[in-house]
Amino acid sequence: MSALILVVDDEPDVADLFRQQFRKELRASRFAMEFAQSAPEALERVGTAENPRLILILSDINMPGMSGLELLPRARKARPDVPVIMITAYGDSETRRKAISAGAAGLFTKPIDFPELRGEIGRRLDEATGAS
Amino acid sequence: MFGTLISSAVELCGADGGTICVRDGEVFRFRANAGASQTEALTKYLEEHPATPGPGSTAGRVLLSGKVEAIPDCLEDPDYVIPMDSLSQSVRSILGVPLLGKEGIEGALVLTRKEPGHFTPRQVEIVQTFADQAVIAIENVRLFDEVQARTRELAASLDDLRKAQDRLIQSEKLASLGQLTAGIAHEIKNPLNFVNNFSALSRELVDELGETLKHAPLDEARREEADELIGTIGANLDKVVSHGKRADSIVKNMLLHSREGSGERTSVNVNAMVEEALNLAYHGARAEKPGFNVTIAKSLDDKAGAADLYALEMTRVLLNLISNGFYATTKRKQGEGNGSYEPAIAASTRDLGDRVEIAIRDNGTGIPDEVKAKMFNPFFTTKPAGEGTGLGLSLSHDIVVKQHGGTLEVSTERGAYTEFTIVVPRAGAGA
Repeated sequence: MSALILVVDDEPDVADLFRQQFRKELRASRFAMEFAQSAPEALERVGTAENPRLILILSDINMPGMSGLELLPRARKARPDVPVIMITAYGDSETRRKAISAGAAGLFTKPIDFPELRGEIGRRLDEATGAS
Repeated sequence: MFGTLISSAVELCGADGGTICVRDGEVFRFRANAGASQTEALTKYLEEHPATPGPGSTAGRVLLSGKVEAIPDCLEDPDYVIPMDSLSQSVRSILGVPLLGKEGIEGALVLTRKEPGHFTPRQVEIVQTFADQAVIAIENVRLFDEVQARTRELAASLDDLRKAQDRLIQSEKLASLGQLTAGIAHEIKNPLNFVNNFSALSRELVDELGETLKHAPLDEARREEADELIGTIGANLDKVVSHGKRADSIVKNMLLHSREGSGERTSVNVNAMVEEALNLAYHGARAEKPGFNVTIAKSLDDKAGAADLYALEMTRVLLNLISNGFYATTKRKQGEGNGSYEPAIAASTRDLGDRVEIAIRDNGTGIPDEVKAKMFNPFFTTKPAGEGTGLGLSLSHDIVVKQHGGTLEVSTERGAYTEFTIVVPRAGAGA
């Protein structure tokens, strides 16, 4: 049973981008990825699944309807054990401060630095497997 | 005007001389004289001795009493002080009449005769009429001066208003241009990120496809064709990646230039702002090119103090001028090749009273005349495609001149130096 990462972004092409970027890891079943195109959809997955495999949520901030910053505290409440990393086009210090104070485990700016994200995921994987 | 008045009075009353003195603040200054008895020496004496109220002179007595004063024979008058010895021969009888304005005594009109004796009541009446004319004239001059001063004031304030209005319109234009560019840049940035991400990814995938094909059973001709196609697709993707990066840097620059300011003037410590800009620019340049190095000299005036500025905009101007300076020194270093050249930037501030000066000087390539003529034009750049938007100096100029009501001057010498000098008013422009 491999670990699961949930990616939340309103842009549908993000799914293809992540699947291709992490094609080797996915092929080797190091982890699985699921995609939600809105914050409510993400909350549904997080809330109902009680999915013990979920180890990380990556969420965009700017989304129509509920924003990533609104999703953040709800996701943390539903699954306090799952860290949330925010992704945004606005990498200013104010956004960073807001995200961190609302309980985000980190913040990546677009365009995403994939080698760095790969490293980050690797560390979370080690933590999750080490703990279980 | 007083000259005509006094000479008519002298003529009509059969006098030998006459003088007129008019209030000037606390004293009563000699203004005009007429008649044979008024010698040059006497004129000079009167100019040097303004009348003061007192019994020693006719004008003094008039100023004291505010009434007509007659001295039938000044040689017989014990209180009268003869101003000059020469006067005794030409002046015996004197008549003084006050110039009575609305607010009191405005001056005195004095007539003299060689012979002792009284002026007739008719003559006194005539002189009084002249005195009234003189008062009206004085009043008119005063009104005219006031109207002129007020007109000048109004013209000046109208001019100030126009300038303030121009600046407001300019700020407004800059702000909406900024919003527009920021809006466009942001809208473009998202799809551009996808282009860059997917093209870089596809470049990797093409390489992987090449690896996979190596193990496929293909005849010589087909393998050659496949390798060539993979090579071409790879090269094309390299082009997409590099042009995507170029577009990305343009968008980043546009965002940098259009970042919205607070839209308000705040009191800014000038020296601190310059130091911050130097630090930001230096570390920015180091982050971009790790080998970059430059000597930074600061000569900051302790009295530079604070100024009311659009802080973010002015910092952007400084960053822009400093990074242009870095660019010029880098170019010169590349051009000279050998190790003797030391790139250097000097920043200085200077207190100019109600204005403050900031100068950024580099010892780089200097600016040729044909570039100097165009460098403040929007979108004009000498940098290679993709390295500059051509908006830096144009926006800096607008921010300093149109938004702050200051000046941005440049002095330069080819192969030696370039110095940009900003002078801005400390208080808000238009105030």
